[in-house]
Amino acid sequence: MSATEQALVTADAVPLSLQGPAPKRVVAGYGFWLFLLSDIVIFAALFAAYAVLSGETAGGPTAASLFDKQHVLIETACLLASSVTCGFGSLAMQSGERTSTYFWMTITFILGVAFLSLEVSEFAHMLSIGAGPSRSAFLSAFFTLVGTHGLHVTLGLCWLIVMLLQVATLGFQPMVSRRFFCFGLFWHALDIVWVGVFTIVYLGAH
Amino acid sequence: MLGRLSWAAIPFDVPVVMIAAGSVGFLIFCALALVTIKGWWPYLWREWITSVDHKRIGVMYILLALLMLVRGFSDAMLMRSQLALAAGHAQGYLPPEHYDQIFSAHGTIMIFFVAMPFVVGLMNFVLPLQLGVRDVAFPVLNSVSFWLTAAGVLLVNVSLVVGEFARTGWLAYPPLSEVAYSPGVGVDYYLWSLQISGLGTLLSGINLLTTILKLRAPGMGYRRMPIFCWTALASNLLIVASFPILTATFAMLLLDRYCGFHFFTNDLGGNPMMYINLIWCWGHPEVYILILPAFGVFSEVVATFSGKPLFGRRSMVMATMVICVLSFLVWLHHFFTMGAGANVNAFFGIMTMIIAVPTGVKVFNWLFTLYGGHIRFTVPVYWAIGFMVTFVIGGMTGVLMAIPPADFVLHNSLFLIAHFHNVAIGGVVFGVMAGITYWFPKAFGFTLNERLGKSVFWCWFLGFYLAFMPLYVLGLMGATRRMQHYSNMQWQPLMLVALAGALLILLGIALTVVQFAVSIRQREQNRDVTGDPWNGRTLEWSTPSPPPAWNFSHLPRVDRPDAFWAMKQQRGTSQSAVKRTYETIQVPRNNPTGFYLAFFAVLLGFSLIWHIGWGAGLGLLGAIVVCLKQAWRTDGEIEVPAEKVAAFERVRGGQESAV
Repeated sequence: MSATEQALVTADAVPLSLQGPAPKRVVAGYGFWLFLLSDIVIFAALFAAYAVLSGETAGGPTAASLFDKQHVLIETACLLASSVTCGFGSLAMQSGERTSTYFWMTITFILGVAFLSLEVSEFAHMLSIGAGPSRSAFLSAFFTLVGTHGLHVTLGLCWLIVMLLQVATLGFQPMVSRRFFCFGLFWHALDIVWVGVFTIVYLGAH
Repeated sequence: MLGRLSWAAIPFDVPVVMIAAGSVGFLIFCALALVTIKGWWPYLWREWITSVDHKRIGVMYILLALLMLVRGFSDAMLMRSQLALAAGHAQGYLPPEHYDQIFSAHGTIMIFFVAMPFVVGLMNFVLPLQLGVRDVAFPVLNSVSFWLTAAGVLLVNVSLVVGEFARTGWLAYPPLSEVAYSPGVGVDYYLWSLQISGLGTLLSGINLLTTILKLRAPGMGYRRMPIFCWTALASNLLIVASFPILTATFAMLLLDRYCGFHFFTNDLGGNPMMYINLIWCWGHPEVYILILPAFGVFSEVVATFSGKPLFGRRSMVMATMVICVLSFLVWLHHFFTMGAGANVNAFFGIMTMIIAVPTGVKVFNWLFTLYGGHIRFTVPVYWAIGFMVTFVIGGMTGVLMAIPPADFVLHNSLFLIAHFHNVAIGGVVFGVMAGITYWFPKAFGFTLNERLGKSVFWCWFLGFYLAFMPLYVLGLMGATRRMQHYSNMQWQPLMLVALAGALLILLGIALTVVQFAVSIRQREQNRDVTGDPWNGRTLEWSTPSPPPAWNFSHLPRVDRPDAFWAMKQQRGTSQSAVKRTYETIQVPRNNPTGFYLAFFAVLLGFSLIWHIGWGAGLGLLGAIVVCLKQAWRTDGEIEVPAEKVAAFERVRGGQESAV
């Protein structure tokens, strides 16, 4: 019987809630889940603002006239693919394979950068035709919602660099593994938010 | 070079401000000089500023709140004295633009920097001890949360001298708070200080929630958790779910003000009413974030001093969690007059009446706990009984205003002011005072002077009734809130009574200081040598007072609610002559990250308020460097060797070692 199976058998005897303080790995992950939930509440408020203001174009450009759905589709594909590679990276990290971790995480990073560049080019195009955030309440809400997601992706990319440096300098010690696990959660959560953005903002524009 | 900042920002021509700022500055200077002369800096740095011990952080939160209570209360004294004078032809001594800043600062400070740190401080101190564990889930993050709150406090107080504070009321409703109508830095001070301290509160909420849900002594299932932990659980759930809404809403207003966005402006499609909806989606849960832990304190106090388990424990837990959920469904009652329509108003009116039901359940639980108990009339019990009487009145006026047609008459009147002070003072302040008196011996090892404690209670209790009952009447007579002057001379006698009440509360605050001073002098007479001065029921009383850094030398095993009470009952029967062995304990090492982060947060916030580009850049960069340095720290913990634990237990061992 392996050590984990042994642990499962003993765990069965006493309900989880009575077992005493949870191990650090569980506590760190759990705390980060709560942080993600709070982050999603921020997005909920921004989605609500967008829903209220999306029709308030003040005589300016409308959602239907601005969005290039093909452009956004490629953007979406990059981000979703980066979640898959991030997952492979996490598996590689769990089995302690350093080269393969670097490989998958670098691909994740490149896909993230691709997503961001596409977003920036979209924003630049809108600004160039006078459809900036100050033009109307609709555009304020659009730039804030999509921009906040973009800001999260940017922070995620910075975090990824830090994590790779941590693996390089500190190796796969428990502290680093815990943080990598949290990074994975963060990256996947951004995907979930983006699914909402894609559906409500881009597909909802007509 | 300094953005919009110039000498013109300092109000040399307003003597009131200069005198106040001068005396505060002088006091701070004296305090710093004393610390330097006595050579206390290394001690302060080592034992408090860089401490990540939840007990120390809890104490610092409460000290911060007490200091800000004095600041917020001086604002209240200014308002009450102005209104006692400014009737008919008399104009009082505060011009409108100054008066507007005072009521805005009073509300902001009392909610964010008095009530919140009081409640968070109590939870910080008590939770790990009651749960039977050694610290919160993330000790360093805990210190960061505290110092971010302190950074917000500092920024708010800087606005007193450098520039101005918001003149918009404590929630900064647009369009008044937009650049077009508030071009000065007042609203920016408001927004940035609350963004910084709000981040601290959110992180603290996540931390305490993780602690309650993932770190409990072996055997402490949810059904055995003390009631204060349950109310803290509900309160922190609300923090995690509602503070992000506040952050997002303020971020939108900041974008409007700094970048020309149109979320809440009058033109180009902006919608000011959306702000009011969003801010109250945070604001109403916030009310329960503050009151639920106070309910928890009263539950502990009433059970302990009646010598009985809490009556209807299960219904108390249910009521707490029902309030937690319903608190998100009543926000619109803050603006029935906005014009949402009869059906919407009816829904929120009914929900508001429904949320009063679980609170009523709680009042009966406390009453039935007292019934038939051997009640010891200590100071916390005074506060608890004073609360029950006062809070029921506040609750009833609340239900009265939940009826939309009545609200159309009473909206923005002094009746409303009386109502929410009725529940905020009668509920939160009384609860915090009870909690401070109750847990003080645990924190410092001696009890507070009872006689002075009772005087403090009577000052607050009678002072509250004198100060706010006239406001109910004035509200019904038509007096509105936020007015700096009135023409109706019939109002003046009641305004004078209200001033007398405020003076009585002032005496209560002064007596609190005397109480602390006298108790510290008499500490040897009032030493708590057992660790259990009140014959308590929950695990915090099983530790020595004050507890060691690691709280429990052995994690207690829990098999029922009121775990410590049960241990004391069994003590006679079980012969625990077995010699105990001790193990090495890991405790978190001191960490200056929180203090440094707060320093850079103040720099960042101040620079953004005054549009100083390089300062903001430096603040942000500094914060990032501090975070990176923390990320590479690998020596987060130190070990307390088993011999040291054993030695501590031999000398100071609490009840824990005896059971």
